[in-house]
Amino acid sequence: MSDLLGVYQPGTTFLHRMPAGLKLTAMAVISVVVVTFRSPATSGVLVTVVLALLAVARVRLRLLARTLRGLLLVMALLTAWQAWQQGWAHAFAVVGALVGLVLLATVLTVTTSVDELLDTLTRALGPFRRFGVDPALVALAFSLMIRAIPTTLEIGRETRQAAQARGLDRHLRALLTPMVIRSVAHARATGDALHARGIADD
Amino acid sequence: MSRIELHGAAVRATTGQGEVEILAPTTLTLTEQRVALIGPNGSGKSTLARLVNGLVEAASGRVVVDGLDVAKQGREVRKRVAFVFTDPSAQLVMPTVVEDVALSLRHAHRDREERTAAALRVLAAYGLAELAERSVHTLSGGQRQLLAIAGVLATDPEVLVADEPTTLLDLVNSRRIAELLFGLRQQLLLVTHDLDLALRCERALLVEHGRVVADGAPAEVVEHYRASAW
Repeated sequence: MSDLLGVYQPGTTFLHRMPAGLKLTAMAVISVVVVTFRSPATSGVLVTVVLALLAVARVRLRLLARTLRGLLLVMALLTAWQAWQQGWAHAFAVVGALVGLVLLATVLTVTTSVDELLDTLTRALGPFRRFGVDPALVALAFSLMIRAIPTTLEIGRETRQAAQARGLDRHLRALLTPMVIRSVAHARATGDALHARGIADD
Repeated sequence: MSRIELHGAAVRATTGQGEVEILAPTTLTLTEQRVALIGPNGSGKSTLARLVNGLVEAASGRVVVDGLDVAKQGREVRKRVAFVFTDPSAQLVMPTVVEDVALSLRHAHRDREERTAAALRVLAAYGLAELAERSVHTLSGGQRQLLAIAGVLATDPEVLVADEPTTLLDLVNSRRIAELLFGLRQQLLLVTHDLDLALRCERALLVEHGRVVADGAPAEVVEHYRASAW
């Protein structure tokens, strides 16, 4: 999951050549439609279309499997809960929409460099400058968010291993407390690094 | 060479026990090509180094780089003074190698294609061209530190402050990074526990308990440090 969500895979497919602004707009529209008109049919169509897009974008199967594996626990819990509460059809609609949208976001990040996303967002946010919004900073925050996903997962993995090494792998506090502290420390260090590089000065 | 001046610059922090002096008022001028900052852990050497780039603000006194006051002209100072951290992971903020270098070049090259081409040239100069499309997460420690250095040198600063850049690296990568740092045209302010590296500098400062207790030729300062450590 960490490799896939945050990393651009260079390529020449039509999805790679498509302007980032168009991809972002399409993703926003599809997300609204899927959430507004949620049904087993909508989710079924979404998953089918997104799988086709992943094939077109030539996303490596190994990485795709890793993404789905990362979602497995959430999907299993959500499916069980929804099926118990409202039946299997509703569970498929909800979980299908979730999986479809995560994979759709994957299509975006795999076919669009973060640099291109930064440019697109900076341009799109340009009109908000008159309201005090700094487009470049907002765009940078967006890219940092993408970068933070694998970093947080890595911190989680290291924290779990450290807890295991001390025989505390079933101790929730021993897992969560250091993970939160390390995540905050990393965020501060990233802020320092941006400051040091003069990136946050503008 | 650049001229780094500290005029009674002091750093204090507020803790549960009240205000603590991290760095006592310090006055010095650095004009040498390579200056080493040595001393025990927690002595204040990193704090002193961070003052130069404005990462830490002086509670009193002034820090001036090439006539620019760090407190008042921080943006201009940071264009001249680059900073490399001990752990490069925090410094690499973009998903891929080429994008991270390109981030440094956003002001120099507004056009994305030009920016990418410039970033690729920087990577080639540091022997990282083959890693351009790799995720920064998949790099080794040495590659990450090399990329962090390439990222900050991409804008061609005048001064590089390196805070224990080889501490987390193995022997081979330590040597590789050291050779890179000592081959730079930039003025180098090197915080290090590696006394061999300190000895290669033109000047060394020994910081202990928040004070510069020795300042001069590296051989003498290192000898002073060794004597005080035992």
